[in-house]
Amino acid sequence: MSTQVSLRSFTRQSILPGFWPAFSYTVLYLSLIVLIPLSAVFLKSATSGWAHFWKSIQSPSVMAAYRLSFGASLAAGSLSVAVGFLIAWVLVRYHFPGKALADALVDLPFALPTAVAGIALTSLYTENGWLGRYLIPIGVKVAFTPLGVTIALTFTGLPFVIRSVQPVLADLEPELEEAASSLGASRWQIFGRVIFPLVRPALLTGFALAFARALGEYGSVIFIAGNLPLKTEIVPLLIVTKLEQYDYAGATALAVVMLVTSFLLLLGINVLQRRSRQFAERA
Amino acid sequence: MTNSHAQDPVLVRWILTGMALTALVLFIVLPLAVVFVQALEKGWQAYRDTVVQPETVSAIELSLLAVGISVPLNLLFGLAAAWAITKFQFQGKNVLTALIDIPFGVSPVISGLVWVLVFGAQGWFGPWLVEHDISIIFAVPGIILATTFVTFPFVARELIALMESQGTEEEEAALSLGASGWQMFFRVTLPNIKWGLLYGVVLCTARALGEFGAVSVVSGHIRGQTNTLPLHVEILYNEYNYAGAFAVASLLSVLTVITLALKKALEGKTSEQRG
Repeated sequence: MSTQVSLRSFTRQSILPGFWPAFSYTVLYLSLIVLIPLSAVFLKSATSGWAHFWKSIQSPSVMAAYRLSFGASLAAGSLSVAVGFLIAWVLVRYHFPGKALADALVDLPFALPTAVAGIALTSLYTENGWLGRYLIPIGVKVAFTPLGVTIALTFTGLPFVIRSVQPVLADLEPELEEAASSLGASRWQIFGRVIFPLVRPALLTGFALAFARALGEYGSVIFIAGNLPLKTEIVPLLIVTKLEQYDYAGATALAVVMLVTSFLLLLGINVLQRRSRQFAERA
Repeated sequence: MTNSHAQDPVLVRWILTGMALTALVLFIVLPLAVVFVQALEKGWQAYRDTVVQPETVSAIELSLLAVGISVPLNLLFGLAAAWAITKFQFQGKNVLTALIDIPFGVSPVISGLVWVLVFGAQGWFGPWLVEHDISIIFAVPGIILATTFVTFPFVARELIALMESQGTEEEEAALSLGASGWQMFFRVTLPNIKWGLLYGVVLCTARALGEFGAVSVVSGHIRGQTNTLPLHVEILYNEYNYAGAFAVASLLSVLTVITLALKKALEGKTSEQRG
C-alpha cells in the first residue's frame, strides 16, 4: 500500500501505457553502460591511495601535458570563435553561389573520424605537404608543435561555434538594426552595441563546447602533435601511455582530473545555455 | 529572412565572404581533399590492393559488427528513454535527461578506460574472467562496449527533442478510439518520429564507424582480430605505409560525405515533423 502511494506521487497519472517498462529499461541500461563503468574510475582512484594519486597528477610530464592541453584548447577555442563567427555571419546574412554546400561542409569535423582528420591535417603541414611547403620556408612550423595541436583542435571546435551562433544571428530582428540606424548609429556602432551583445552568449556557449571537446580530444591530435615527451604530449595521450605501461592507478588519477574538469565545464555550459535562452525570450 | 537584414556594402560583403570561404577551405575542404589525393597517389592498382587486403577486409567486418550491435542497442534505449521522458511527468526527469548526455562530455580515451577498469586483468571482474577463460578487453566484446558507450546519447537526444515538441494528444486520441498500446505505438508514434529516428541512427552509425580513441584503448591492436577501420588507418600510418593509410581513410571519408548528405536531407524532414 505504502509503495503504491509513493509511486503515485513519483509520477503523475497518465492514460498512456508503458511508463514503467520504458522508465525501468532506461535506468537499467543507463546504469549498466554509463553510470557503473564511470563510477569505476572514481572507485579505482579512491582505493589506490592518495600518495600515488597526488604523485600521478603532478609529475613533470603531466604538468607539461596540462599546460599544452589547456593552452592549446584555449587558443583553439578562441580561434574557433573568431573564424566561426565570421563563417556563421556570412552563411546567415549573405547570398553566394554554393552556400548550401558550404553550410553542409561545416558539419564535416563532427562526422569525419578523428583518426582520418589526424593523418589528413598532419600530411597538409609536413615539409612536403600542401601547406607545409609554403609555411616551413618562412619559419612557421605546424606539424609536431603546439601550433599543430591548436590547428587540429580548431578543426574539431569550429562547428560547435558556428552551430551555436547561426540560429541566434538568423533570429535577430531586422527592426533593431533599422531603429539603431534611424537614430543615427554608424555600422560599427550597430555591430558593437546592438548585434554583438545579442550574439555574445551564443559565442560563449560555442567557445565552452569547443573547449570542452578540445580537452578530451585524442584521435585528431596525436598524429599532428608528434607526441614529443614534455613538449607535445596531451593529457589523453598520457592516459593511454600509462595504460600501456600497466600503471592503471596513474591513468585513473589523470582520468579523474579530466572528468571533474569536464563535468564542471558541462555545468557551466548548461547555465550559459539557460541564460541565453532566457535572454532570447526577453528580447 | 536574410534580405530583411540591413545590407552591408558590396565591398564589405565580398571581403567577408572571401575570408569566410578561405577559412572553410583551409580548415575543412583541404583535409578532406588531401585524403583522396594521397589515397590515389600510387594509382588505382595500389589503392585496390590495400582495400582488398585480408586485414582491411577483417577491419571492415569488425567495424560493421560493432555498428550492428551498438546502434540497435542504443536505438532501443533511445526509444524507451524518449517515451518515458517526453510522454510522462515524473520527479527527477531533468536529472535523468542530463545523465543521458554524459558520454558526450567524456574524453574518448576515458570511455575506453572505464571498460578496462571493469573487465581488464586488474579490473573488477578481471580475475573471474581469467578463471573462466573469457576475454573482453583486447577482444571484440570490449570494442563493442566502448563503441556503445561513445554512441549512447545520439538516438535518445534526437528523439527526446522531437517528441517533446509533439506532445501526447495524438497518442491519447488513438487510445480513446480503442487502439491497443502497441497499435498506438506502431500506427501513431512511430510514423510521427520516423525521420528523427533515422537522423539519430545516421549520426550514431557515423560515430560508431569512426570512433578511434575509446576503441584504441580496449582493442590491443591485434591485426586481423581486434582492428576496426580507424585503428587500421593508424597501424598503416605508423608503418609509414601512407598510401595504404589514406586508402583506408578514404573509405571512411566516403561514408562521412554520405552521412553529411543524409543529415542535410533528414534535417528538412525532421523540422516538418516538429509539432
